[in-house]
Amino acid sequence: MSVGFVMLCHTALDRAAEVARHWAKQGCPVVIHVDSRVRYRLVREMRDELSDVRKLVKFSPRYRCQWGGWNLVAATQAASQVMLKTFPDVQHVYLCSGSCLPLRPAADLIAYLQDRPDTDFIESVTTEEVGWTIGGLNIERFRLFFPFSWRRHRRLFDMSVRLQRRLGIRRRIPSGMVPHLGSQWWCLSRRTLTAILDNPERQAHDRYFSRVWIPDESYFQTLVRRYSTAIESRSLTLFKFDFQGKPHIFYDDHIPLLRRSDCFVARKAWAHADELYETFLGDCPEGVQRSEPNPGRIDRLFSAARERRLRGRAGLYNQGRFPVDNFENGKTAGPYSMFQGFSDLMPDFPDWLAKVTESRVHGHLFAPGRAEFSGGDTIIEGGLSDSASLRDYNPKSFLTSLIWNTTPERQCFQFGPADNQKLNGFIAADPNAQISVISGAWAVPLYRSGLPFSEIRREAARLQRIEMEFLELLSRHWVKARVRVWNLSEFLDDPLELLQLLVEEIAPRLRPRLTQPPEIVDLAGFGRFLQDLRNQGMQPMVMGDYPANDQFHTPDRHGHPLLVS
Amino acid sequence: MGLKEKVRLRVQREVRHMRARRRQRDLAIVANRTGRIQRGDILIFCTLRNERIRLPYFFEYYRKMGVNHFIFVDNGSDDGTRDYLVRQEDVSLWSTTASYKRAHFGIDWLNGLMRRYAHNHWCLTVDPDEFLVYPFCDTRPLRALTDWMDSCSLRSMSAMLLDMYPRGAIGEEPYREGQDPFKIASWFDTGNYQISRNGQFGNVWIQGGPRGRAFFGDNPFAAPALNKIPLVRWHRRYAYISSTHMMLPRGLNNTYDRWGGEQVSGCLMHAKFIDTFGAKAEEEMRRGEHYAQSREYAAYQEQLSQEPKLWTRWSEQYVNWRQLEILGLISKGNWA
Repeated sequence: MSVGFVMLCHTALDRAAEVARHWAKQGCPVVIHVDSRVRYRLVREMRDELSDVRKLVKFSPRYRCQWGGWNLVAATQAASQVMLKTFPDVQHVYLCSGSCLPLRPAADLIAYLQDRPDTDFIESVTTEEVGWTIGGLNIERFRLFFPFSWRRHRRLFDMSVRLQRRLGIRRRIPSGMVPHLGSQWWCLSRRTLTAILDNPERQAHDRYFSRVWIPDESYFQTLVRRYSTAIESRSLTLFKFDFQGKPHIFYDDHIPLLRRSDCFVARKAWAHADELYETFLGDCPEGVQRSEPNPGRIDRLFSAARERRLRGRAGLYNQGRFPVDNFENGKTAGPYSMFQGFSDLMPDFPDWLAKVTESRVHGHLFAPGRAEFSGGDTIIEGGLSDSASLRDYNPKSFLTSLIWNTTPERQCFQFGPADNQKLNGFIAADPNAQISVISGAWAVPLYRSGLPFSEIRREAARLQRIEMEFLELLSRHWVKARVRVWNLSEFLDDPLELLQLLVEEIAPRLRPRLTQPPEIVDLAGFGRFLQDLRNQGMQPMVMGDYPANDQFHTPDRHGHPLLVS
Repeated sequence: MGLKEKVRLRVQREVRHMRARRRQRDLAIVANRTGRIQRGDILIFCTLRNERIRLPYFFEYYRKMGVNHFIFVDNGSDDGTRDYLVRQEDVSLWSTTASYKRAHFGIDWLNGLMRRYAHNHWCLTVDPDEFLVYPFCDTRPLRALTDWMDSCSLRSMSAMLLDMYPRGAIGEEPYREGQDPFKIASWFDTGNYQISRNGQFGNVWIQGGPRGRAFFGDNPFAAPALNKIPLVRWHRRYAYISSTHMMLPRGLNNTYDRWGGEQVSGCLMHAKFIDTFGAKAEEEMRRGEHYAQSREYAAYQEQLSQEPKLWTRWSEQYVNWRQLEILGLISKGNWA
């Protein structure tokens, strides 16, 4: 009792020959199919090379195999027939490709199959209910006509599919046949394979399947459901498709991973991976291992690759990942907070916040003169410079780099209407952003600046206009940031409660309990100042109902945060 | 892309090819061993001038990586570069004393040679001070990457220029011939790059890094571009447009994913800032043969007199490609 290998080869024949010899040396018969497009000289060389094991290595009639075409199945049938006829003691036939790599000795596989003599190992998934394919057609593979090659005339192929869908053209699936799909790399028992190949209805089957799209993934997978008694719907070959439906390739550095996988055969190995071939085609250890294949780790490796290729790392912008707006899968790498007006009202606010929330609190990052990094640094993580011209040249890169470079530390920064406003839209649309605004607080430093009143008036008008634009932006429907806006009066009414709210959100694990807010600047006379502005025709709009006598904390008033989003 | 735009780009490409053909007259054959190029060989194309001291390590690095043939254009070297190159069995050498600037900074010469010799080969177009690092480069040869890219129908890979600098002043430690330059200049900036998209050619445009912050802080627009597409499966209809920053047809510039995923990319580690830099900057200023009136070299010159230090306490020392991958400078894409 033994297992025989059917190998389908079209490139790297030298490697295929090595593998065939490896099997033959361990007493397993091999039937090789070489694509008829391969030059005859190469095939002769391969035959010559394998002449010393010619008792166990046979060549089957050659077909011209095109991806997705029927000939791949025809070649498999022919090679299987050679196998069944020439080697009567073969009990299981294992279909593999020329670039498959044996990972465990044949004795292991034989023992494994001996324990399960009638089992057919073939991935076979019903098409109606499960989408096995990676993109592309599913059940329609069985129901449409495919007169054009997908490889060479893709546009015609797509057009014909669309046309047939529109016209409702359908092939009849022969009765008694339930379409199944699965990987083309199987291992079938002699009994099942004979039943499929020697079936009186085979001609009808072949005729139907020769017009199915990619029949090598459906012919045996479907028929086995009719003739097999025990199907184990998985492949003994370790293979993994990438997001385009192409098999992942193994290299020298996968050796430890492949060793631990305990799979029998892996597809596919890079033909020039010398160490890989040397390792696994070397001398086989004595004794039989009966461990189950366990491809979990390799699965994880390749799933991670898939994830990386399709979704990428959130907040990363580089030469290989430059998403268009709103398709970023994360505009920035982590949460951050932007405070407008807080440091105007409470000059100690940055230091206080850093202490309370244990996060990094910068000054005005977008200030006109320079980016005011925390601690007055001129250069921070990643080599990010405080130069205003560098920052303003590409503010988006500046912010996303800052967040990316400092993850996972939370970044907070001050903002104001005097700063560069170019990035407001980006920040507002970023779910990682927490934006808190005390509107009108910019007037406090203006009031305390001691500048001539005419200048103050002009500046106040400018800042108010900018802030109102910003507030309007924050109330748009597409805003994804966590936005809180209070006007100056609302905030002064009960600063502690509102700060508590923010602090808890920034540092949810610390849950700091505030007892005292940072010191608020002396506002005596500010109400009068606002009235003066008003008298000069500069209506202050964003401060709320600021009392003319600067008195807050009257018991009947309560500030409610205006939660915009 | 409208028809008008298409036609315009096509015309631009044909003009490039015409220029390339005309500029081939500048070139004199010194050693043409291109007959030895086999099918499927990986080629390097390179223009250089007075880089004798760098060459031994350059060859060591790229031969080990699996490059099969090197094609050089020597632009009037007088330090023995030519003699050294002629002695290498896997080198084909052309030489010229014509203007580097008039040949579009060497690109016309290379476009012409590539059209002739690079068709259907994977080609790497680099300067002698640029060293390619790609995912898994410590365990897989370059052919593994190109084979994989072939199987994924990828025609080009971007490799951003990563400026490397020493810890001390730039000229402090002398470079010895054959030495790994990254033993001296082993530091780099991890995350201060400005990146945007060039709408016309569809490539990403990257600036910044140590040169951006140290030399071009006041005029970031003028900072040199760091995006490069050095590795291409060449077709005779392709052409580089501006150095190796962008190409035509436009699809070749599409080396990044636009829907959030990551495409495979590498880095060209740039060993410019070693002790040869001062002399080079001086010479290039004198010759005025570089891009935009050599403004890059002018900016360096201005600072070089003050013994500049590019190193900061946030600089990172180079370890391997995995570090670059974690930092987000390169990406494995779906190669695993």
